[in-house]
Amino acid sequence: MDYVKDSLLQVFGYKRPRPSKDQQSPEVRKIYEGKRGALSKADLEALRDEHKGPFFSKWKKRRWITLIIVNLLFVASFYFDVQLVEGSLTGARVIGFHFADLNSALQVALAYKHIVLNLVIGMVTVFVMWMLLGGRTFCAWVCPYHLLSEWTEYLHLWLVEKKIIKNHTFSRKVRSVFYIIFALLALVTGYTVFETISPTGILSRALIYGPGIALLWVGVLLLFEVFYSRRAWCRYVCPIGVTYGMVGVLSPIRVKYNAEACHHEGDCRKVCMVPHVLDLTIRGGASDVNQDVTSDCTRCGMCVDICPTSSLTFEVKGLSKMLK
Amino acid sequence: MSERKTAKKRNKRPLTPKRREQSRREFLRATVLTAGVVGISLLGFVPVMQGKAMRLRPPGALKTPQDEQEFFASCIKCGQCVQVCPVEAIKLADLPDGFGIGLPYIDARAQACDFSCDGLQCVLACPTGALTHDLDYPADTRMGFARLARPKACLAMQGKGFKGQARGADYQGLLRYEEVDRWNPIPVADYPYDLEICDLCVRQCPIEIRITQCETAETDKPQQLARVAQQMGNECPPKHAITLEPVDQGDGIKRLRPTVQEGCVGCGVCEMICPVESAAIVVDLDKNADTVMGG
Repeated sequence: MDYVKDSLLQVFGYKRPRPSKDQQSPEVRKIYEGKRGALSKADLEALRDEHKGPFFSKWKKRRWITLIIVNLLFVASFYFDVQLVEGSLTGARVIGFHFADLNSALQVALAYKHIVLNLVIGMVTVFVMWMLLGGRTFCAWVCPYHLLSEWTEYLHLWLVEKKIIKNHTFSRKVRSVFYIIFALLALVTGYTVFETISPTGILSRALIYGPGIALLWVGVLLLFEVFYSRRAWCRYVCPIGVTYGMVGVLSPIRVKYNAEACHHEGDCRKVCMVPHVLDLTIRGGASDVNQDVTSDCTRCGMCVDICPTSSLTFEVKGLSKMLK
Repeated sequence: MSERKTAKKRNKRPLTPKRREQSRREFLRATVLTAGVVGISLLGFVPVMQGKAMRLRPPGALKTPQDEQEFFASCIKCGQCVQVCPVEAIKLADLPDGFGIGLPYIDARAQACDFSCDGLQCVLACPTGALTHDLDYPADTRMGFARLARPKACLAMQGKGFKGQARGADYQGLLRYEEVDRWNPIPVADYPYDLEICDLCVRQCPIEIRITQCETAETDKPQQLARVAQQMGNECPPKHAITLEPVDQGDGIKRLRPTVQEGCVGCGVCEMICPVESAAIVVDLDKNADTVMGG
């Protein structure tokens, strides 16, 4: 229950309350106490050196390849007319089965105030799929904007490092405000207002049906992220992320944190697009030795790759237990 | 739960001035961001209000000649209709269409819908019913209504014939010529004409072609009519769409006037095939067969 509650709090931009001493299990309290004075910088550096991986780390490589293949399947399917994955990311037919992006379908349902069976089938299929695969997994493993944004993020981080620009943060609650505003706008105006500016839809259509002027808007968003605020669209605006954040609450695929060997140095939070989900890695932040990262996590695996102590791992709830 | 509450209270200790300033700024930025993004998204309303987003839509689009709102609302902007069209008539609108971004449309002059799929594939492909499934046959379609916009330019009105490629050698558009290939549309440029008097708009009209097929079947073997209709995946259109009517201007020249009839569905093939530049006959969006009959 706490997982669901914490997940929803974080999806909607609230802070997850830090566990008090009484809420922590005796085991994890012992671990925290045992670390007092035991974690030296030299040890950490040694661990980091030992752990140092290539630029294309394991999960990044897998994720980029998956994302590119999924999007290319759409493109190739149309280009070679093989009818494998028809449509685009907002709505598709995969070998004949309806798939509908949940946020796009919600916009349509609210604007049209009527919903046909095919769309319901598409929504249920996609709901079940992402519920099993992790909800915001869509963001990191499928959304083409995520990948572009990830590439330009390197430029942003370099500029910040060189002290040429500063990163500006926003109140995270604003994403929930956007979610509500866009739902209301669809309902009140009768137009799918969010689709007009959704870089996910724009990019998916541009890839499949050819580029257009709308790409300029995507460019504006990327420039905003590079020069003003890191990953701003995904962090503070996109309602698709909120939708899948909610879907992922019940997902068995999660990132698991183990407090035992953790140095609490925060390497994971530095690479994370949604660092608030990793606040449990701050010393005293976890309430048990093993705790799952909440569903606002996009399962991108950057933290898993970077963690020098392997304290963060992917798990499939239930399955991991069975395999033991 | 009560433990959680006490934890929450403890966390509510007063923020340091620096933290407070930080969260004040984050709130202000968030407010500006909200206004900015929502404002920009609402700019999409401008082309819609100006009527600039009005276009020829694929068969079955949920719209009235004056109002496309329902179509805008129900379309999920996925482009599955684009993918199934055998003549690739359907395109997706771009950002200048505002809320109409990603909405399918047809530029009839470049490539009209000639119903060569017979079964209204785009309607069948639509996952949201924005192209309504209430439609069974091409003759039920209400896309628009053709109009002889420039009678003086019309070759038939001048009593002139036409010889050659209807739209020139470089024209990319496709049409189905059943006598060439029943299943695959071919480039219009590969099908030169030699006509004593130009009748292309009537000759290529998909509704007229179907009516002729039905009539031939009827005279050959009346009892097979139903079967022919079934084979074509198409009902025999109940009404003519376009005919050529003789015009007498008292100068002895045989002139014919393309006359749009109540059966016109507004598919745009006449506008596409018209050899005159720019087309003498065009499809109007502000009426359809129903409104014309009503008024």
